[in-house]
Amino acid sequence: MARSLIKVSPNPRRGEVIEIKTLISHEMETGFRHTSTGAAIPRDIITSFVATYNGEEIFAAQLFPAIAANPFITFYTIARESGVLEFRWTGDNGYAASEQVKITVE
Amino acid sequence: MTRAAGVPSALGFAGAGRRAAMRPRALGLAALAGTLAAPSLAADIPPNERRSAYESMSAASKAMQDDDTANPGMLWVLDGEALWRRRDGERARACADCHGEAAQSMRGVAARYPAFDAKRAAAIDLEGRINLCRVEQQQGPALKPESKELLALSAYVARQSRGLPIESNDPRLQPTIEAGRALFERRQGQLNLACAHCHDEHWGQKLAGNAIPQGHPTGYPLYRLEWQGLGSLQRRLRNCMIGMRAESYAFDSPEFIALETYLMWRARGLSVESPAVRP
Repeated sequence: MARSLIKVSPNPRRGEVIEIKTLISHEMETGFRHTSTGAAIPRDIITSFVATYNGEEIFAAQLFPAIAANPFITFYTIARESGVLEFRWTGDNGYAASEQVKITVE
Repeated sequence: MTRAAGVPSALGFAGAGRRAAMRPRALGLAALAGTLAAPSLAADIPPNERRSAYESMSAASKAMQDDDTANPGMLWVLDGEALWRRRDGERARACADCHGEAAQSMRGVAARYPAFDAKRAAAIDLEGRINLCRVEQQQGPALKPESKELLALSAYVARQSRGLPIESNDPRLQPTIEAGRALFERRQGQLNLACAHCHDEHWGQKLAGNAIPQGHPTGYPLYRLEWQGLGSLQRRLRNCMIGMRAESYAFDSPEFIALETYLMWRARGLSVESPAVRP
């Protein structure tokens, strides 16, 4: 049940600096923990986050085991034109999730 | 002696009977003998002094709870909404098939749980009610305590009561409330502490650098940053019991139900915050 929450102003003015908030559900298992019987719990984290704005990359981040569960990433961009913001998360064990948000620049 | 040195004012205030009373430390220690013999504790927190732990959180944590797109508890609420509509069990019924839109049918429900179940003649908490519905109505297996599904469903149901005041006015719950109060005020564990020592008498003060809350369960199930996940009130109570080096009750035991029922009665009037965020 991978879920994400995105918050971005849907109708910004042209040239306005807009804040984009992204939250995604993920365990972010560090790989450093062990079970009560001593078996290592394998690493399972999101390793990469990329945001594009009408196909152009505007923000990217690499994630590491120290990032908490359910990573919350906030960043800014300038609203230049109406279009689609796309967010992609990829990680261990073939993890891939994506989300799209339409914005209309006035 | 370590214990007495660790909580000298606890014993002093217990003797004084009111947390507001200021007493010299010598008097506090003088009251020690009497307190240990009869741990009669401070009076209930008056309604106008009842506070949610929300109020002592940092601005950052408050902002996280207040913004539904920053509150990680909402991830469980979204999952819960999907489960609410998913047909399940032998009868292939969804919660929504009987209860309709949760926004109407579940509004205010979490604010009055644990409730009295007439059929069983016992108090039942929200998670217990959800599982009862699963077993009896959907005829599927009960969900495990603290499982993702049960937390998601209880978060979704509790979310529908956000902002409403907690109620506890069913006279049939009185014996359970009294049993819960007895557990709350009973010394236990290797530290020989009662819940009331911290949460009735020393709320607002510090324990190892953290503010001691009054212990009102206003926002469960809640997202605890320390847990990096959502957890129920019973998980939190378990946490406290391990902290005072007592043996925790089992999940869904009558003791936990009694404590939950007492705590909700004690928090009556405060607003539901589910799913809350706590450090």
